[in-house]
Amino acid sequence: MASPTIPLTPVKLTAKDFKSDQEVRWCPGCGDYSILAAMQRFMPELNIPREKTVFISGIGCSSRFPYYMNTYGMHSIHGRAPAIATGLSVSRPDLSVWVVTGDGDALSIGGNHLIHALRRNVNLKILLFNNRIYGLTKGQYSPTSELGKITKSTPAGSADSPFNPLSLALGAEASFVARTIDSDAKHLQSVLRAAAQHEGSAFVEIYQNCNIFNDGAFELIKDPSTRDDHLIRLEQGQPITFGSEAQFSVVHPAGAFGLSVRESASLAGETPVVHDATVDDPAYAFALSRLSGSDLGTTPIGVFRDVNRPTYDQLVQKQLEDAKAQATGTPDKMLDELLNAADTWTIV
Amino acid sequence: MAAGAKRVEQLDRVVIRFAGDSGDGMQLTGDRFTSETAQLGNDISTLPNFPAEIRAPAGTLPGVSSFQVHFADYDILTPGDSPNVLVAMNPAALKANLSDLPSGADIIVNTDEFTKRNLAKVGYAASPLEDGSLGGYAVHPVALTSMTVGALSELGVSKKDAERAKNMFALGLLSWMYSRPFESTLRFLERKFAKRPDLVAANKAAFQAGWNFGETTEDFSVRYEVKPAKMLPGTYRNITGNQALALGLVAAGVRAKLPVFLGAYPITPASDILHELSKHKRFGITTVQAEDEIAAIGAALGAAYGGALGVTTTSGPGVALKGETISLAIALELPLVIVDVQRAGPSTGMPTKTEQADLNMALYGRHGEAPLAVIAPKSPSDCFHAAIEAARIALTYRTPVILLSDNYVANGSEPWLLPEAGELPDLTTTYATEPNGEDGRFLPYLRDPETLARPWAIPGTPGLEHRIGGLEKADKTGDISYDPANHEFMVRTRAARIEAIKVPDIEVEDPDAENGDQQGATVLVLGWGSTYGPIGAACRALRQRGLPIAQAHLRHMAPLPANLGEVLKAYDKVVIPEMNLGQLAHVIRAKYLVDAVPFNQVSGLPFTASTLESMLEDVVKNG
Repeated sequence: MASPTIPLTPVKLTAKDFKSDQEVRWCPGCGDYSILAAMQRFMPELNIPREKTVFISGIGCSSRFPYYMNTYGMHSIHGRAPAIATGLSVSRPDLSVWVVTGDGDALSIGGNHLIHALRRNVNLKILLFNNRIYGLTKGQYSPTSELGKITKSTPAGSADSPFNPLSLALGAEASFVARTIDSDAKHLQSVLRAAAQHEGSAFVEIYQNCNIFNDGAFELIKDPSTRDDHLIRLEQGQPITFGSEAQFSVVHPAGAFGLSVRESASLAGETPVVHDATVDDPAYAFALSRLSGSDLGTTPIGVFRDVNRPTYDQLVQKQLEDAKAQATGTPDKMLDELLNAADTWTIV
Repeated sequence: MAAGAKRVEQLDRVVIRFAGDSGDGMQLTGDRFTSETAQLGNDISTLPNFPAEIRAPAGTLPGVSSFQVHFADYDILTPGDSPNVLVAMNPAALKANLSDLPSGADIIVNTDEFTKRNLAKVGYAASPLEDGSLGGYAVHPVALTSMTVGALSELGVSKKDAERAKNMFALGLLSWMYSRPFESTLRFLERKFAKRPDLVAANKAAFQAGWNFGETTEDFSVRYEVKPAKMLPGTYRNITGNQALALGLVAAGVRAKLPVFLGAYPITPASDILHELSKHKRFGITTVQAEDEIAAIGAALGAAYGGALGVTTTSGPGVALKGETISLAIALELPLVIVDVQRAGPSTGMPTKTEQADLNMALYGRHGEAPLAVIAPKSPSDCFHAAIEAARIALTYRTPVILLSDNYVANGSEPWLLPEAGELPDLTTTYATEPNGEDGRFLPYLRDPETLARPWAIPGTPGLEHRIGGLEKADKTGDISYDPANHEFMVRTRAARIEAIKVPDIEVEDPDAENGDQQGATVLVLGWGSTYGPIGAACRALRQRGLPIAQAHLRHMAPLPANLGEVLKAYDKVVIPEMNLGQLAHVIRAKYLVDAVPFNQVSGLPFTASTLESMLEDVVKNG
């Protein structure tokens, strides 16, 4: 269930209701278009009034997103959207607050805010558009660019090891972690739906193609001729197998810390792992996140982790409500009492 | 504790400094003595002085912590230049403070700590108690530790706990010497050690032993009395600047009928405001201890966007980190209060020492043309009213406001005539609820013609959905705009709306002119913020000696009062003392073309009245 503190509307909204009057100015062919369209088509099914929905972004191509949604929105400063959204969400439990960010915004300049929002479990839906490049500044490598990547700022190849965004989020014990792809509208919407229904921080990595500076970065898992052998679609309660003929299985080898991929035909006494995103121990989802690296060779998509734990918003509101329940008298009278609550003396 | 039969002498003012190791409880001792003194009705001003280290190596000079209290039977403005009495709990405390004492001052020393080892730690070859070097002072050797331990021997507390109660012995002795009422201290001990009845008994016994020692020993032949000061009628409490500032923020929320949201990251000397506000959730106050300074202001700005009174509290290093978010708040034109409790910089500087060197940063420390309002409290209790004034400006004009406190007012204390909540300014503000443009369109940057403020349209309001951001906005619509003429207009409008903020005229204190006696002062001393006390005390001293001088004190640093230029030009000479290298003086010279004379001190300590008195005397006499 989505947050019970957010009111719903009986009015049936449509995708058109969520389109703002602003001209969309991403480069033609950018993956952001399909994410925006999917979001605008998906929002009506939440039944949350437009005025109760807020998109907050940082800086970067993806961060123009709020301008195009006909809701409340703030295009803030580089990396700080999770911090700003935290203040808004905690003080306004009646709002549905979404953060739109990118790999540079969330993982480089704003890394600190991201991990702290996740560990606090603030009731934010955080969408990280990962294109593995700095687009708005015209093509420098990002914290998710693969090692050795040649860009404008790394003519001899990047010497930086990249982050695995999902591993990072899981390290911060995010309560909801998922991955999807810009071009698969159906899967994208299913993940957004699950994120929206999650109470607490929901972290969604969206592989997004930058057709100008990093075109084809995710082609291996998009091209119909290759994707089936590399893309692992996680389904709750289903054995994790993949390949055009389900010829690969994900197993947990005895004695190993993590998960491995095997040919289904040669499983020696092992069985495919049955996916359960609700496992409390983040180690399982972390092991899933480690199946893919920069090479995308075996890339799971779907919901990795979806567990319930108290949200920061709830805990803070509870303290406020408990304190307010003990308050008596008018605010002015309470203030007078507070000012006098010390060793006082009177001069006549 | 019957009154002793000793001779009682009347004094009009006394300055006492309690000094010891940082673990000796000197801040608490000073605080209790202050509270007793307040109960008696003296006017008071206090100055704590402590190292940033929580526990520097015991017995060393860097570990010395002190608390100075000045009390009098008339109204006073500063914690006093030099102590009449020094309580030195160890050789380090004596050595660190001796040079501040005038000859003839009383020194009460804890002889138990004057061991060979402790003397060696601070470089004393021989004990100053024995080598005659303290000949010019009235030294009272007291075996404070061993007498405390002796007095508690029957109580069954550990030797360590007994030794730790020695500060209460010292407090008892001083309370006897200056005829202080002690009931509030006994009540305080009951509260503080509520869970340890043995410690309540031990500390009370130590206090009593100190009191009794004063009464019986022949070393102290005189008791002193300082009569109550003539103060305005009303109920008072003693208050530090940080406490007053926190209460001012509570009051601002109450009077604005808005929830207060504080985002803060721990930093000396501002953390006490976070501590205080976190206790007052019943007023609808949310405090978030953020992951860093940037997140702290980010969360406050997010809450302000959602309709709260957003506040962030910090010191100079934090303001530096918050700069980009302050700029965003300027572009978004949302209300926000940024509290900077200044400390000595640059970099980490001296975190527990005072300075006024963040004025330039407050006025100019952002990228682009990024004006905002700046105000500075002049005393500990004024922090309360300055916080309300900061909130008033922020809410009325939808702008970030920087409140420039400093370590001197933040940790110093003074009696505060308590206001009535109902008489505080009404800060009620309104959110936008209806579209304000043609065809039911909402224009987020359509301004109020008088205040130039834009509507505060908070998320959740149907029909006003809109997007704001840090990119330049078109006038009225708030849409992204790169139009040259629009940018020129918006930059000038953001400047104009700060200049349009209504602030009270600056007042000049020049009693000689008011009396019509002679021709009044030709020299004006202009100050701002926490220097009010020492400047005021220096001016009083000069006038008492027949030297006229005018004093004006700035509270609003941006925008400056409308009459300031006129005031400055009415004097032959303008002197500007500051705890920086002349930051206000630069502003005044540039803006008003007045040849103001800077007088600067950056020692980490506040001006003493006597320093300013002799400087100003020179200006008055010699021009």
